[in-house]
Amino acid sequence: MKRLVVGAHYGLRDWLAQRVTAVIMALYTVIMAGVFLSNAPFTYSAWKALFAQGWMRVATLLFAVSLAWHAWVGMRDILMDYVKPDGLRLLLRIGVLLLLAAYVGWTIQILWR
Amino acid sequence: MASASAKKIRPKYLSLPALLFEIRMPVAAVVSITHRISGALLLFPFAAWLLFMLDTSLHSEQGFEYVKTKYLGLTLVKLGLLLFIWAFCHHLCAGIRHLFLDVDIGGDLKPARLTGWIVIAAGLALTAVFGARIW
Repeated sequence: MKRLVVGAHYGLRDWLAQRVTAVIMALYTVIMAGVFLSNAPFTYSAWKALFAQGWMRVATLLFAVSLAWHAWVGMRDILMDYVKPDGLRLLLRIGVLLLLAAYVGWTIQILWR
Repeated sequence: MASASAKKIRPKYLSLPALLFEIRMPVAAVVSITHRISGALLLFPFAAWLLFMLDTSLHSEQGFEYVKTKYLGLTLVKLGLLLFIWAFCHHLCAGIRHLFLDVDIGGDLKPARLTGWIVIAAGLALTAVFGARIW
C-alpha cells in the first residue's frame, strides 16, 4: 500500500534550496576572491566600475537572495534544535525573517542608487 | 548485569560543561558545531557589517578612502575582519564537505575524520592567505 506521509514537501524543498543557494554563493565567492587577490590597484573608480556593470549587480542581488534563503533554512534548523519554548522560537524566527528582508532591501538600495 | 546498570545513571544528558571539558568530541562533531556557529555569526553580525562597508565604500570617493585607509587601519576592525574571513572560509569548506557527504562520498569513519581535519586546516590556511592581504 502506498501512503503519503507528508504532503507539503517542505523538507526536501528546503534541503535542496539550501544546497543550490550554497553553490550560487560559492561561485560568487570565486569572483570576489579573484578581485581581492588580484594585484590590480584597489581604487574607488575600479570598485565603482565593478558594481556599475549589469551582470555584477545581478550576481550580487542573486547572492543576497541566496544568502537569505540559505540562512533561513540554517537558522530554522538551529532554532528547532536549541530553542525549545515555542513563543521564544517564534519570536526569533520572525526576527531572522525581518533581518534577512532588511539585508535584501539594503543590498538593492546599495546596488541601484 | 543488574549491578552494572545500577552503578551508572542512564540516560546521561550532556550539559555544555560536559561537552566542553568532560568528553572529547570527535573531529566530525567539531566541524559540525563550528559549521553552525560560523553560519550564525555570518548572518549576524558579519553580513550587516559587510553591507555597511559596501554601502560606505560605494557611496562616494571619500567613503571609499575612509573605509580603505582609516577604518580598515584600526586594529579592532582588522581582528573583526579576520574572524569574519575565518568564519566564511571554514563555513565554505565545511559546506563543500557536507555536499560530498550528501551524495554518499566520504561518509565512512576514516575518510570522514580525514576530511574533517582537512576542513579545519583549509579554513585556517585560507584565513592566513586573505588575512595577509588585509594586514
